[in-house]
Amino acid sequence: MSLITLANVNVRLGGRTVLEDVSLALEPGEIVTIVGPNGSGKSTLLRTIIGAIKPSDGMVLRKKGLKIGYVPQKLHIDPTLPLTVRRFLSLPKRVSDDDAHAALHDAGAGHLCHHQMTDLSGGQFQRVMLARALLSNPDLLILDEATQGLDQPGSADFYTQIEAVRRDKGCAILMVSHELHVVMAASDRVICLNGHVCCHGTPEHVASAPEYRALFGNGTHGALALYRHEHSHEHCDHDHDHAPQIGAHTDEEQSA
Amino acid sequence: MSLLDDFMVRAILAGLGLVIAAAPLGCFVVWRRMAYFGDATAHAAILGVALALAFNVSIFAGVLVVALIMALAVSSLNGRGFAMDTLLGVMAHSSLAFGLVAVSFVHGVRVDLMAYLFGDILAVGRSDLAVIWVGAALVSGLLYWRWSALLTATLNPDLAMASGVSPKREQLILSLALALVVAVAIKVVGTLLIAAMLLIPAAAARPFARTPERMAVIAMVIGGIAIFGGIESAFAFDTPTGPTIVCVAALLFTLANLVRVLRGQSAR
Repeated sequence: MSLITLANVNVRLGGRTVLEDVSLALEPGEIVTIVGPNGSGKSTLLRTIIGAIKPSDGMVLRKKGLKIGYVPQKLHIDPTLPLTVRRFLSLPKRVSDDDAHAALHDAGAGHLCHHQMTDLSGGQFQRVMLARALLSNPDLLILDEATQGLDQPGSADFYTQIEAVRRDKGCAILMVSHELHVVMAASDRVICLNGHVCCHGTPEHVASAPEYRALFGNGTHGALALYRHEHSHEHCDHDHDHAPQIGAHTDEEQSA
Repeated sequence: MSLLDDFMVRAILAGLGLVIAAAPLGCFVVWRRMAYFGDATAHAAILGVALALAFNVSIFAGVLVVALIMALAVSSLNGRGFAMDTLLGVMAHSSLAFGLVAVSFVHGVRVDLMAYLFGDILAVGRSDLAVIWVGAALVSGLLYWRWSALLTATLNPDLAMASGVSPKREQLILSLALALVVAVAIKVVGTLLIAAMLLIPAAAARPFARTPERMAVIAMVIGGIAIFGGIESAFAFDTPTGPTIVCVAALLFTLANLVRVLRGQSAR
C-alpha cells in the first residue's frame, strides 16, 4: 500500500492557485525528488503532504499510522530561546539518551549533543534536524531543500548520509532540491513540478522529457551545464564575478 | 491563619502567585517575540473594566472576556498582511483609548483608573488572594500539561504539524492563559505590573539558562526576588509598591546582563 496518495489536489493560497490537479503516490522505501522553478509550489506540496495546508480540492490519503520525519527548508531558532541539541531532540516527545545518541550518530552529528542550537553551523544544524526527524522512526522522511546554504562538500556529505539512512532504515524519502545533478544521481523517481505535475518518472526519463527541458533548458544547458558550473566553483572560488554565465541558476539559489 | 492578617504577607503571597503563572508564560512571550502581547492584553483589560462597570457584571468576568477577545483577535489576524508588532501596537493603544472613552460614559460610578493601571498590591484581601492563587494554579497547570507541544509550536509551526501538534491550538492555549492571568491579577496588581512581570523576569533569566525549562524556573526565582525585594523596599523607602517591584525587576535584568557581558557572552 502506498504511504501517501494525492488525488487531484488543488491548493489555493491567498486567491492564487498554487497547485493544480496534482496526483501522486509514494511507495515504501523509494527516494523521490521534486524539482521545479521558484514559485512552482514545491514547498506548498510538501506542506500539504505533512498536513500544514489543507487542499481546497482533491484528497490526501495517508497510510494509517504513517510516521513522517520532516526537515524544513530553514528553521530560525530565536536566540532568546535557550535550547541544547539534546533538549531539541526531545521535542515534542521525550526520547531516551540512548535513542538520542543513536540518532545523532546516524545523522553524523554524534559530538554535538550538548551544544546550543543557535551555536551550530549550517551543516551541523541540518544534521541535527535530520537526527530529530529520524527519532520518530519515520516511514517517510521529507526534506525541503535541506542542503540550502551548505557548500558543495557539505551538501554532498549530507546526501551521502541520506542514502545511508535509507539503506539502514528502509524509509521512503521525499525531497525538494535545486541541485539537479545530485538529484539525478540519487533518486529513484523525479517529479517535475510547475504548479502542476509537468512530467515524472526515472531521472533519465525526466531529464529527456520536453516539459523538463522547457523549464530547465535542454541537455547541454540543463543538468550538465549546472554540473560544470558547480564543478568550476571549486577551482576558482576566489573569483566571485561570474554572474553573467550562470545567470538563471544563481538567481534561483539566492532568491529561494 | 494569623499570618494572613499581615497585609505585607498577603501582598507578597499575591505577588508570588502572579509570578508563578507569569514567569513561565513570559518566557513564551519572549521566545515568540510577542513582547507587546502582554501590554496589548493588559490595556484591553481597561476596556473590560469599563464594560463590566457599565453592564454591572463582575470586573473579573469583564476583563476575562475582553482580554480573551483581544487575544483571539491578535492570533487570528496574525499572518494576514500585518506584522505581529504592528498589530499588537495598534491593538494596545486603541484598546486603552477605547477603554478610557468607555469609562467616561459610565455615570454615577467613580472609577479610579489609576487603581487598574497600577493596582494596589498592599490592599490585597483574602478573597483576592484566593482568586490569584486559583488562577495561577490553573495557568501553570495548563502550561505544564502542554509544555512540550507549546515549545514545539513556538520553535516552528511546520515542524509542529509534522509531529502532530497543531500550532493554532497551542497559540489559542497561550492566549487563554494570558487572558486568565490578566483577569485574575488586574484588580490587585494593575496592568503595568502584569505586563512587567511577564517580560522582565524572563528576559533577565535568559543569560543563565541552557534549556527552556531552566529559563522558566530561573525567571520564577528572579520574579520572586523582585516581588519580595520590591515590597520590602517600598515599605522601607515609603515608595509606591507596584512601581518599586518593577524597578527591582529592572535592576535584576541589568545585573543579569552585566554578568553576561563579564562572562564574555554575545548579546542576545
